[in-house]
Amino acid sequence: MTSGTQRRPSNATGYWKANLRTIYGCLIVWALVSFGFGILLRPLLAGIEVGGTDLGFWFAQQGSILTFLVLIFFYAWRMNKLDRDYGVEED
Amino acid sequence: MDQYYLNLLFIGGSFLLYIGIAVWARAGSTDEFYAAGRGIHPVTNGMATAADWMSAASFISMAGLLAFNGYSASSYLMGWTGGYVLLALCLAPYLRKFGSFTVPEFIGDRYYSSTARLVAVLCLIVASLTYVIGQMTGVGVAFSRFLQVENSTGLFIGAAVVFFYAVLGGMKGVTYTQVAQYVVLVFAYTVPAIFISLQLTGNPVPGLGLFSNFEATGEPILTTLNATLADLGFASYTEQDTSFLPILNMTLFTLTLMIGTAGLPHVIIRFFTVPKVSDARLSAGWALLFIAIVYLTAPAVGAMARLNIMDTIWPGGAEGEAMLIEEAPPWFENWQTTGLLGLEDANGDGRLQYFNEDAETLPPVAEASGAETNELVEFNRDILVLANPEIAQLPSWVIALVAAGGMAAALSTAAGLLLAISSAVSHDLLKRTLTPGISEKGELLAARISMAAAVAVATWLGLNPPGFAAQTVALAFGIAAATIFPALLMGIFSKRISNVGAVAGMVTGLVFTVVYIFLHKGWFFVPGTNSFPDTIEGSLFGIESTAIGCVGAALNFIVAFVVSGRTADTPDDVKAMIENVRIPRGAGGASSH
Repeated sequence: MTSGTQRRPSNATGYWKANLRTIYGCLIVWALVSFGFGILLRPLLAGIEVGGTDLGFWFAQQGSILTFLVLIFFYAWRMNKLDRDYGVEED
Repeated sequence: MDQYYLNLLFIGGSFLLYIGIAVWARAGSTDEFYAAGRGIHPVTNGMATAADWMSAASFISMAGLLAFNGYSASSYLMGWTGGYVLLALCLAPYLRKFGSFTVPEFIGDRYYSSTARLVAVLCLIVASLTYVIGQMTGVGVAFSRFLQVENSTGLFIGAAVVFFYAVLGGMKGVTYTQVAQYVVLVFAYTVPAIFISLQLTGNPVPGLGLFSNFEATGEPILTTLNATLADLGFASYTEQDTSFLPILNMTLFTLTLMIGTAGLPHVIIRFFTVPKVSDARLSAGWALLFIAIVYLTAPAVGAMARLNIMDTIWPGGAEGEAMLIEEAPPWFENWQTTGLLGLEDANGDGRLQYFNEDAETLPPVAEASGAETNELVEFNRDILVLANPEIAQLPSWVIALVAAGGMAAALSTAAGLLLAISSAVSHDLLKRTLTPGISEKGELLAARISMAAAVAVATWLGLNPPGFAAQTVALAFGIAAATIFPALLMGIFSKRISNVGAVAGMVTGLVFTVVYIFLHKGWFFVPGTNSFPDTIEGSLFGIESTAIGCVGAALNFIVAFVVSGRTADTPDDVKAMIENVRIPRGAGGASSH
């Protein structure tokens, strides 16, 4: 390994917990828009019309992809902030 | 200019570009060969990852799958993009911090086990090699259609180009070539789609055009498409089958594609090339952005092409008469010669009646015209994207662009896969297992030789495709999902998984998934050796073989946890290593292992 093994910050546990919370939050949204709105909950969205079909179809073919994009950039931004807050950012 | 020479100009020009880049970006060290010196900008890496990821299947086949399966093909869209969320959140930053050259290297070191390393090498090679067959056959088909050379000649030319830039440049050469290939690919995909969307809806953005009104009827495109399909006895484009098993299978299939995507080694190693951990997170976002440009366009291409074809064959709609075969547009003849399109005037009226002959009642339009059988006997879904510019009567330079784009998609993915295979052989098998004393120079030479060997094997497989090229993709995703993804995920997020647990989990996932696929698709895909029909009804638990990878992954997790609970705890130095991997600080540049 590279250097750094010996420089374990004391608040590493807090950082890891905050990271896990962020991951869980993002994964819930990830599952909701794809498996949820796109497949399992589509019948619930059947009444909301979008361009000749319903909102569930839109989520399955476009909406989930757009949400995934937002999620990754949000995660990258949020983690950069956590890195700095906990003092574990890269040199 | 003649179409043939235009094709030659575009394809030849793009090949010269790739070779020029390869000469400029030669790799001088193993660090450059395996990880491009870890100096790639996240946006550049995102673009290269997009080209690496989008294979001949994405470029050529996906729109066809959407066109003919409608809503249920959404699994591909969600699955092949949703995996990037998992990569960005759960794998890429930590693997970049660890700083290995290959995926088996991380697995071997984290599980302090040569067996784990070798199982990972085996899974990587099987998954990557089965995937590469499709790319090589794709190159051959594109050549024979657009340059009228023999399939095999085209394959040799394509292989020679990949050989040149991959052996010379390694990851560094492949990265910059993939950037060029992405640019070719994205133009080739979106330009015809923009033209078609403008023609049909007046909206220049295909993804929005899909939900806009069809100018000819004033109704939404999808409403018109559903109505046209219904008139001809076909299933609805947008409707969902809400019975239990189809929903279960669609969910599991989407999940398998997601975790398979996140577990495919040729995608993961691309995240080793960026300078920092934060770049690895960001780079996954850029990769998905560049992929989304194509993937948000694909559903529009599929639906609009389907509508275009219906309108060509039934110009007056379902009340009118079918197209006269002698007045068929030129693309009919062009594609009939390739055997991918076939028609047969069964009732001898000189017209082409296309409808669903398996519909419960013969569509009235077919009955009125005296047709009892469907006369469009062969319509290969793969021609949809390649023939789309001709179907929409676009200028001939657009056709040449699509030819070059299809080639770029196949070559970029092939290069990425071959790189993953060769680095596993030279780094994990030779350097880390068989000949640990090998020098840096010797390892670089070994990497180049194994790359050359991998190209040769891939070419041979492309020349003698085992006849199951499409099915092998299910195998590649199944293996990546059931073995590599869980091993990496548990390696980062759990300190308790031991060497024995990890190996037991991987072997369970591998054996279960491969056996289940073979039981349904035939042993080693030999037709007739399957024990169960490959349908929902014939499935063991009602789960189709293509969707089984995530079940294999679940078994992997369970076995790994149970076995780890009964074996010796992870050593302290490995626990320290895991803690270190979880923190961005100190990632540094290249590291020696």
